[in-house]
Amino acid sequence: MSTSNEVRYLASHEWGRIDEEGILTVGISEHAQDLLGDIVFVELPDLGKSLDAEEESAIVESVKAASDVYSPLSGEVIEVNEKLFDEPEIVNNSPFEDGWFFKIKLEDTSAFQDLMTEDEYNASCEE
Amino acid sequence: MVDFHGWSMPINYGSQINEHISVREGCGMFDVSHMTILDFKGEDVEVFIRKLIANDIYKLTEDFEGLYSAMLNDQGGVIDDLIAYKMDFGYRLVVNCATRGEDLRWISQNSKNFKVEIQERDDLSMIAIQGPKSAEVLSQCPAPIFKALELKNRQQGVYGNDMFAAKTGYTGELGIEVLLPHEQAISLWQNAIEVGAKPVGLAARDTLRLEAGMNLYGFEMDDSITPFECNMSWTVDFSDEERNFYGKEALLKSRLEKDQLELVGIMLDERAILRQGEKLYLDEEKTLEGIITSGTYSPTLKKPIGLARIPKKDINNCFAEVRGKKIFAKIGNPKFIKEGKEIFKERL
Repeated sequence: MSTSNEVRYLASHEWGRIDEEGILTVGISEHAQDLLGDIVFVELPDLGKSLDAEEESAIVESVKAASDVYSPLSGEVIEVNEKLFDEPEIVNNSPFEDGWFFKIKLEDTSAFQDLMTEDEYNASCEE
Repeated sequence: MVDFHGWSMPINYGSQINEHISVREGCGMFDVSHMTILDFKGEDVEVFIRKLIANDIYKLTEDFEGLYSAMLNDQGGVIDDLIAYKMDFGYRLVVNCATRGEDLRWISQNSKNFKVEIQERDDLSMIAIQGPKSAEVLSQCPAPIFKALELKNRQQGVYGNDMFAAKTGYTGELGIEVLLPHEQAISLWQNAIEVGAKPVGLAARDTLRLEAGMNLYGFEMDDSITPFECNMSWTVDFSDEERNFYGKEALLKSRLEKDQLELVGIMLDERAILRQGEKLYLDEEKTLEGIITSGTYSPTLKKPIGLARIPKKDINNCFAEVRGKKIFAKIGNPKFIKEGKEIFKERL
């Protein structure tokens, strides 16, 4: 099963990109950053923390509102994007690339396939 | 776009932070045609306006000058805040759109025994052009009144060819507000954009006014709040003892009460924004409570700021609880920025 660099979503607007080693990079969608407006603060999980699927793991605060960011899957936090502390606007400018939030080492990579595909996610945004 | 009391208005034209910065550093332009414009004329106009609003139009020494004031109910609560301009025909009041219905009801009810004629000027649009480079932009716009306006001080204005412009605004920057017929408004808008004005939406209008420490109706003030409780004491004029404006008696009484509230500015060092309605605690035991009236991220200071109504006490910091965490806030004067510079002074 080749899953490398595939992106899947949660209905709550997080994306996760999986690599060959079972590491999931997590961020928020283009649609989410657009809804939030200018992002001014990002709070990220502690390194080494073990997150459950759909657990509140980060907070993104925009000029409009504060929102929780959920972890798409279970795993241990192995890296956070510290750049976002000083330049949270990266999330607005590049939500899919430079604006990623954190990386987790997945407990079970097979669960990745249960997340929403891009089409499913886009359809859910239109509802 | 968003529906704002029946007006379709842009929240932003792109990025609200960039729009905010354009007003602090360059020239921003707002379509504020939703504001309600009321013209008053007639034999009793002066007597009536002096009764209607808490500030005293006797301060207006020349035509087309504006005066910021509250309009109070009999309990001393703020029905609205407004600018009263002295015009050649009488007075022009620019009041809020959100409170238009209540304002009109109060005004018509109380004007019955006065010889005044009131006309709502929905034939006029209103554009605000604000920022350190606003004068430069205006000098390149063809309307002749802008030339005459250059010589005027803040709050003063010029009237000519159906166009009224005054050096007022809602941003804390130098700038003007122009009231003019719709068609002329469209050409002014296009013209100003061509010479460098950047359009600014409602969201940045809110962060700009908040940095400048200016009140927003429904946030800092409403009809249960006296001017003393929303940093508008300076706009209440008691100097003419003969003048009995609405709410005066209640205000004089409220001055004697022992539990007074005041509006203050707060500033946080932490990464959290306190928002309207959130509680502030002034002591560890949480017996002294205040409330956030407006909170935002200040694009100029790059910090969270807010306005809060708290008990009048000699206390210089407080805290809030955000997501179970204690967030400390400094207390200071309810003003953060004037003409691009920080003026917030923390209590020591």
